[in-house]
Amino acid sequence: MPRRTVPLMGLAAAFIFAAQMLNFPVGAGTSGHLVGAVLAAVLLGPTAAVIVMTAVLSVQCLLFADGGVSALGANIFNMAIIGSIGGYGIYAAVHRFCGGARGRLMAAAFASWCSTVLASICCAGELAWSGTVPWSAGFPAMAGVHMVIGLGEALITAMVIAAVDRAGFRSQADELAAPSGGRRELLVFGSLIALGLALFVSPFASPWPDGLEKVAAMLGFGHKASAQPVLASPFADYRIPGVTSAPAATALAGAVGTVVAFLLSFSLARTLSPASVERRPEAQG
Amino acid sequence: MALHDLIDHYRRVDSPIHRLRTGPKFTAALVVVAVAVAVPLPAGWPWLGLLAAALVIAAGFSQLPPSFLVRRLLLLEPFVLGAAVLALFRPHGLSVFVSLLARSTLCLLAMILLSATTPFASLLRTIRDIGVPKILVSVLALMYRYLFVMIDEADRMRRARSSRTFKAGRARSWGASSGIIGQLFVRSAGRAERVYGAMCARGWR
Repeated sequence: MPRRTVPLMGLAAAFIFAAQMLNFPVGAGTSGHLVGAVLAAVLLGPTAAVIVMTAVLSVQCLLFADGGVSALGANIFNMAIIGSIGGYGIYAAVHRFCGGARGRLMAAAFASWCSTVLASICCAGELAWSGTVPWSAGFPAMAGVHMVIGLGEALITAMVIAAVDRAGFRSQADELAAPSGGRRELLVFGSLIALGLALFVSPFASPWPDGLEKVAAMLGFGHKASAQPVLASPFADYRIPGVTSAPAATALAGAVGTVVAFLLSFSLARTLSPASVERRPEAQG
Repeated sequence: MALHDLIDHYRRVDSPIHRLRTGPKFTAALVVVAVAVAVPLPAGWPWLGLLAAALVIAAGFSQLPPSFLVRRLLLLEPFVLGAAVLALFRPHGLSVFVSLLARSTLCLLAMILLSATTPFASLLRTIRDIGVPKILVSVLALMYRYLFVMIDEADRMRRARSSRTFKAGRARSWGASSGIIGQLFVRSAGRAERVYGAMCARGWR
């Protein structure tokens, strides 16, 4: 890590913190904000992004007691490490196949969505591991909610990167962001495998004994599900007609959601970046 | 701006708790958190009660207004509730729910007390001494130094936008906000270059 990036990382951490305070109105009185793991990874590179996000989370903990110390480790793992490195791996992989300014936006949007969902799945896993929330309730609830929240994160990240591009910014970020060949491959494929595992295999491989049984009860056998009306309704989204096995339904829902997010990212990039506009070469930043 | 107050207002108050050395105070907070998290329930309820009493006494000595402590707790409690409510959907959910709430409230209270009575710089010294990587400490120090600058800068841009906009629709305001964030990054990168130059000029290793 070159010395000159230290001030940049400090300033970027302050930037992410300030950016998280800007509210984006969602409607019905609610609003959301950016998390910024993928944004930091795209602008500064994955290694710097891990440090930046760790600093942001630590300051939230030390200044505001937000998250507490006991959850800091889990938070750093979910948002700083999985969010940045996993997100960057997906970004790099997609950007490889879709080059240019438009491909970059699309890759960033899709990666933001994936990193949000991945972080939430990790969180559900940790909650289940600690015995607080059973995997069968935590996984669909967390992943389902964050598949929606991730759309906002993807939209904001892509729009911010488009704005940074419009300002003609070119930093050492690009050189920073390019790790050496072998490591890059490893990163990309490692992350893709992790994504595949998390999204599609985890419902099958649930080591928590009540997991599969409970999902089956809710999805397949009405008399048990009706005893828990509060839970039954969010789970309805995960039921796909014609698919009888519960884990398969969850996996299929995850796959469909991923494909939808990918297509949305594609059209978002088309909207944000008309084909004629390329990144301007002159730098003003 | 109100946020500066929110962060630093009570760090300079003088009280027995403020005067404690940072190292022992930090250790004490960590011990409180560790005990609150790890003590087995229901056998450990007396321990939690003891911790709560100790924290309340410390809060009393710290001269922090109770309203400040309560407001800060209420600000953070929703995150805890979010996770705890999910625990209700299991066989013995209620006891898990209650213990989760008690444990995390104690942890939050300990951290709020620590952060409100300790200057950030001495917290940084402490975590450096216990072996947190130097690069992370530098980044934290720089981040803390420029946090207020960034927040003010974002606030100025937001005010400039709202003084030029009658009533923005949702799409318009998303576009404007992300424009602000993009601009904020470009400015912070430019500032980082200047800061780096200034640091080198002053003999930064």
